[in-house]
Amino acid sequence: MSGKTAINLSINGRDYAITVEPRRTLADAIREDCGQTGTHIGCEHGICGACTVIVNGEPVRSCLMFAVQADGKQIRTVEGLAQGDRLHPLQQAFMDHHGLQCGFCTPGFLMLAVGVLEREPDIGDEELIDVLSSNLCRCTGYQNIIKAVRAAAKQMRQR
Amino acid sequence: MTWVGRAIRRLEDPALITGQGRFTADAPSVHWVRFVRSPVAAGTLRSVTGPDGATIVTAADLASVKKITPILHKFNYKPIGQPVLADGAVRFIGEPVAAVVAESEEEAEDIVDQVELSIDEMPPVADARAALEAGAPQVHPEAPGNIILEGKVKTPAFDRTWGSAHKIVTVAARSRRQNATPMEPRGGHAAYDAASGRVTLTCSTQMPHLMRTAICDVLGMPESDLRVVAPDVGGGFGQKMSLASEYVVLVWLARKLRSSVAWTEDRRENLIAAFHSRDQYITLEGAFDRDAKLLALKADIISNIGAYSCFPTTCGVEPLMAMAEMPGPYDVQQYQCLARGVITNTCTMAPYRGVSRPVITFTLERLMDKAARAFGIDPVDIRRRNLIDRFPYKSATGLEYDEATYKETLEMAVKALDLPAFRRRQAEARTRGRYLGIGFATFSERTGYGSPAFAARGMEITPGWETVIITVDPSGFVEARIGSSPHGQGLRTTLAQIIADEIGVTPEMVKVVHGDTDRAPYGWGTFASRSLVISGGATLIAAQKVRAKLIKMASHLLEAAPDDIILADGMARVTGTDRAISVAKLAREAYTQTHRFKGEIEPGLTETGHYDPPGTFSNACHVAIVDVDIETGHVKVEKFLVAEDAGRIINPMIADGQVHGGVAQGIGNALLEEIIYDDGGGILTASLADYLPPTAREVPPIELHHIETPSSNSITKAKGLGEGGAIGAPAAVINAINDALSPFGVEIDEMPATPQRIRAAIRNAESVA
Repeated sequence: MSGKTAINLSINGRDYAITVEPRRTLADAIREDCGQTGTHIGCEHGICGACTVIVNGEPVRSCLMFAVQADGKQIRTVEGLAQGDRLHPLQQAFMDHHGLQCGFCTPGFLMLAVGVLEREPDIGDEELIDVLSSNLCRCTGYQNIIKAVRAAAKQMRQR
Repeated sequence: MTWVGRAIRRLEDPALITGQGRFTADAPSVHWVRFVRSPVAAGTLRSVTGPDGATIVTAADLASVKKITPILHKFNYKPIGQPVLADGAVRFIGEPVAAVVAESEEEAEDIVDQVELSIDEMPPVADARAALEAGAPQVHPEAPGNIILEGKVKTPAFDRTWGSAHKIVTVAARSRRQNATPMEPRGGHAAYDAASGRVTLTCSTQMPHLMRTAICDVLGMPESDLRVVAPDVGGGFGQKMSLASEYVVLVWLARKLRSSVAWTEDRRENLIAAFHSRDQYITLEGAFDRDAKLLALKADIISNIGAYSCFPTTCGVEPLMAMAEMPGPYDVQQYQCLARGVITNTCTMAPYRGVSRPVITFTLERLMDKAARAFGIDPVDIRRRNLIDRFPYKSATGLEYDEATYKETLEMAVKALDLPAFRRRQAEARTRGRYLGIGFATFSERTGYGSPAFAARGMEITPGWETVIITVDPSGFVEARIGSSPHGQGLRTTLAQIIADEIGVTPEMVKVVHGDTDRAPYGWGTFASRSLVISGGATLIAAQKVRAKLIKMASHLLEAAPDDIILADGMARVTGTDRAISVAKLAREAYTQTHRFKGEIEPGLTETGHYDPPGTFSNACHVAIVDVDIETGHVKVEKFLVAEDAGRIINPMIADGQVHGGVAQGIGNALLEEIIYDDGGGILTASLADYLPPTAREVPPIELHHIETPSSNSITKAKGLGEGGAIGAPAAVINAINDALSPFGVEIDEMPATPQRIRAAIRNAESVA
């Protein structure tokens, strides 16, 4: 398994030219090869969603994608959400509504919600809960995550 | 205006929402470790063979390393030692047998795949009742009959009272095994520093100082040579308070290789080997008088403690807590109990949010509902007749209950729900083939208890107190170094609120330092709903000392009597004058102008507080409304209501968040979460597709109501509330399911109440009918 492939990952607008084994997951490549450790790994089998990032506009579980599959694609992670000191409305809403406790699942939830709200700004409450049920949080009981995403959705629509 | 009581935003959040949190797995390492784990539940380990040239550490390499041997001095406890790596025997699937070291995690995994274990398999025993049978395989020779501890209680008038009972009601409850499942699995990173000869172990722990003590004991090294850091920790829920033997191996390796080594547990390892809990059988009988007043309780508790005893609490934590707290919130003075800890060939048991109380509350609340039915009265009514309403109250096991609101929270919940309206809706739904149910759970939650409470268990390592050191530095900013080790509870914020009020600064000016044995004073960490009560109390004591010193300094500098100084909003003022000096200025003078205090005030501005309280009881009433699909056995929790009393609330936003999270775990425990072993000790739930924490879909909106009864057993007046959500919710949900299914005459006394179990119960009832 030693043959390595040269790929280019564009993460939050910055290019990373790296060489990876074909079996390297995108999650590992983002964290280990590109040093962006805000994306967390919770299960490595596609259930918990802690590793969710946005690839070419779609939320994906980066533990289920090989790094070589993301070659040349535009990747967004939690580190790219804020513009300088200005937080993304979802980040602000998670703080305002206590949508996080330990913070380990938070980057995954933020990227899941960003991806969904950009695609469906008017998403209904029930559909939103369905989408948010893609990821696991063990601390918050989800109430405040749902509240935060609804609040951010409202704010994003008003922009 | 005070900071305490306000829902200010958390100081922890800015880093965590921007991806700047620092978790254990984020640190780079030279070497990576993967563990070879036993694939069989019981056997004699003959050999470990790996590919040529691979670095593989086994028990033979660790001859100088002591076994992990937690000790209790009571309850006929049998000390059994756990070798850091399996030594001659394997006792559960997942037990670490060897450590493989390589330059990358992938390479280490490749080598693990090539390691061959020669094990002579022996018959295992996985179930606690089976382990108690004559002729059952013996897991440890030191504990004959697989009994590691046995607790007994019998109050003097028990027999007489039992004989006088009008009715005896019985519940045979079964709580299946669960895993706390923090979103961040465990992991450690040990780095050797050649200059000092010290090792820094960064690990995902709730108890950094205890990890240091335990690892140094086992490795025979001075504690001054080991620094343990708990960085951001991605949830713990008790699972991360016990010593992982893997961490001992990492420190040993870092010293051996004079380098850095890292291990990040994968989810499979977490599910099979990280510590389990709640695997209990409880038979509980209640003796009632004619008026449905509970007179006596008789309990038989069997707790499956797994293959080893966890450090530092020991495996007594579940059976002994169940024994001591079984009477719960009810006024019952006669009690008999036998509580046994039973060893099996399964993953070691350790604390998980609530410890035994989700199980005993579920059992006791099932008993009360069954009794209500036996007496033909309402479940609310039987609780009204039996809840404690005079304080302080001494329980049958000698626990002193401080002021609480057992009846008031029940009435609050009943009122908020409009119970008669629900009963009408339930009756109407049944006519259409829909089965709704309502379930109540009232409970007490013992929180914030200090060393005397732990000493009652006879623990060799007796936790309890906390220390906080507050320094106002020459810039006027504040640092509080604490022995607690929060990991999501928001303690940096709540302690900053307490300090801000006391010394007249804003919470943003306070940095709370924790989770680093080089920086924080020795302390016990964060567990058992203790940190806000105990560390908060120590914080208040230290802050009061800082305040007193500031006032004394101001009285010198402003030439006024201390009683005339008012300290508020960052200023010390002489009452009735315009003379004033800022706290920042005072702090500066404490270091740079000490001559002005004429030797009457010590230099610097650092004060220490210690606190070791007796403990205080929070309480709540939980109510679940469920909709049971009798065709599929699926349960939808339609609504969940909590009326709770945790004393004075420091930050309502954070307090509510703790309740939400606990209730969600309780709903998962009640309906979904189950670690399953087959009879051969094989574990069938090794992924999150098999072990099911609840998602946003399964957790309904949670309605919260509060009462604040200040505790006289807590100097901040706050009670703990970290575990309550998880304690009450399983009982409420399962009582609701039973209420929904009452037309079928079935009773479900097992958790989780999975669709399979619900369908089986309905089928059995139909075949009988």
